[in-house]
Amino acid sequence: MDGSVARRFLLGLAPWVGAVALWYGVRWSGFVNESLIPAPHQVAAKFVELLLKEGLLVDVFASTRRVFLGVMLGIAAAVPVGFLLGWYRPARTFADPMINFFRALPPIALIPLVIVYFGVDEMAKLVILFYASFFAGVIVMYEGVSQITPLYIRVAQTLGAGEFEIFRKVIIPLTVPHILTALRVALGVAWATLVASELIAAQRGLGAMIQNASTYFLLDVIYVGIICIGCIALIMDMILRRISARLLVWQERAVA
Amino acid sequence: MSTASTIHRARFDRVSLEFATPKGTLRVVDDVSYDINDGDFIAVIGPSGCGKTTMMSMLAGFQKPTSGKVLFDGHPVTGPGPERGVIFQEYGVFPWLTVKDNIAFGLKLKANHVPVAERDQICEHYLALMGLSDFANSYPKHLSGGMRQRLAIARAYAVKPQFLLMDEPFGALDAQTRANMQNLLLKVLATEGKTVMLITHSVEEAIYLASRIVVVTARPARIKEIIEVPFAYPRDESLQERPEFGELRSYIRELVMSEYRAQQAQLSPASFSE
Ligand SMILES: Nc1ncnc2c1ncn2[C@@H]1O[C@H](COP(=O)(O)OP(=O)(O)OP(=O)(O)O)[C@@H](O)[C@H]1O
Ligand SMILES: [Mg+2]
Repeated sequence: MDGSVARRFLLGLAPWVGAVALWYGVRWSGFVNESLIPAPHQVAAKFVELLLKEGLLVDVFASTRRVFLGVMLGIAAAVPVGFLLGWYRPARTFADPMINFFRALPPIALIPLVIVYFGVDEMAKLVILFYASFFAGVIVMYEGVSQITPLYIRVAQTLGAGEFEIFRKVIIPLTVPHILTALRVALGVAWATLVASELIAAQRGLGAMIQNASTYFLLDVIYVGIICIGCIALIMDMILRRISARLLVWQERAVA
Repeated sequence: MSTASTIHRARFDRVSLEFATPKGTLRVVDDVSYDINDGDFIAVIGPSGCGKTTMMSMLAGFQKPTSGKVLFDGHPVTGPGPERGVIFQEYGVFPWLTVKDNIAFGLKLKANHVPVAERDQICEHYLALMGLSDFANSYPKHLSGGMRQRLAIARAYAVKPQFLLMDEPFGALDAQTRANMQNLLLKVLATEGKTVMLITHSVEEAIYLASRIVVVTARPARIKEIIEVPFAYPRDESLQERPEFGELRSYIRELVMSEYRAQQAQLSPASFSE
């Protein structure tokens, strides 16, 4: 038991060690101008400096909050919409082209419009993240819900379940896995969209930090920002996976 | 056949059903008529894919006939209901519920009016009856195919429907468990007086359990012959040793085999080129 935990930890750690080694390797190989690649230890030092002197945590908090709110609102809207689209075939025929049209638009392209309609405040950034999460979530939800087999509903009906009982005791349990997948996908998309959303006159936030650094060519700051985004996204995904595993113990999974 | 005193529970009245498929309409049930009386045990037997499940699902209320009428208690069937319990060919065990909660599912529904105090006891009873007590708190993913099938049976029995529709309910069980389940069903029927429609591929099972056997043709399902089983209830396994049992078995087997051959002929490549 203990041995396997240690093993898994080491297995999980190995690629990171490898990545850092590769990073040093590229830097020392001489193929790339050294001033273009700050060394990992320099980035680490910058991280500590930003953390202690520049209030890096404020940026982390601002970005995490935006992503969290954007995803929550996006998924709150995507769950019922995706559910209806998945459940009622006519609704899908009706709304499918529309959804795919909007989904294909890159959020960055919408920024000028968002600024016109929502200004440059927090609201505008949330709208961008909401947009990205919503469309990612809707697709996952409706694909999932449309694949629910009618068998379980039929079984429930022959046992005497009414409409509401079927919804509460059959449809909801069958929908939960898809909600969790939608959340995970939306979280990924939202982090990917964060930098774009913070293009809109953000004071604080990891995306804003990266953009400000790029104006002054502070490569080490950019690296710190990127790594922070990656780490927070990873942690959020791990938490969500834990919750999923808890809620979905009943699911059959291919485990090697 | 029916006298004034017999009560029709269910009636197929010149029932046909067609499916619209990309290749055109597919006639699955063709002009089928028969009555199921109160207390009857009807076994339906016929080659795979001929339309038995389709026939049953019209009585269960999941499919509407293209023409003709399916009546239950004198009224056209409009949808499913708890008075017609169904054991599905695919079991339909709820994967998100434990074994015990699967059995309790029906007991907790408003329509069945089972007092909270009795639910646990009913669950325990059927868990023990089906040999699932050790798995009460397991999820179905940990059950074998035969155990899932027994769970589906337990769940249907637990709400005590007056009319049972069973689609190959013992198909996944070994010979021993199968015999157990058959005897158990006979016992349940003797004490609770149910009406049953059972689909099976086993001629022995049909004769051993049923009061009437409906042999259907290869697709589209037509009635080939309806056979009264001349053995009185209660029955036990010694019945299967009797010469009359063997004779009836040979007779029905020949009927079923001829339909199976007809189906093979339909499926053979030669028929496609015509
Ligand atoms: N919803 C449907 N749409 C189109 N065709 C269908 C549909 N349901 C069943 N069929 C077709 O109807 C035929 C009869 O199917 P059915 O399930 O009733 O057979 P069965 O007699 O129960 O067979 P088995 O013994 O293998 O269970 C099959 O050829 C099947 O392909
Ligand atoms: Mg079938």
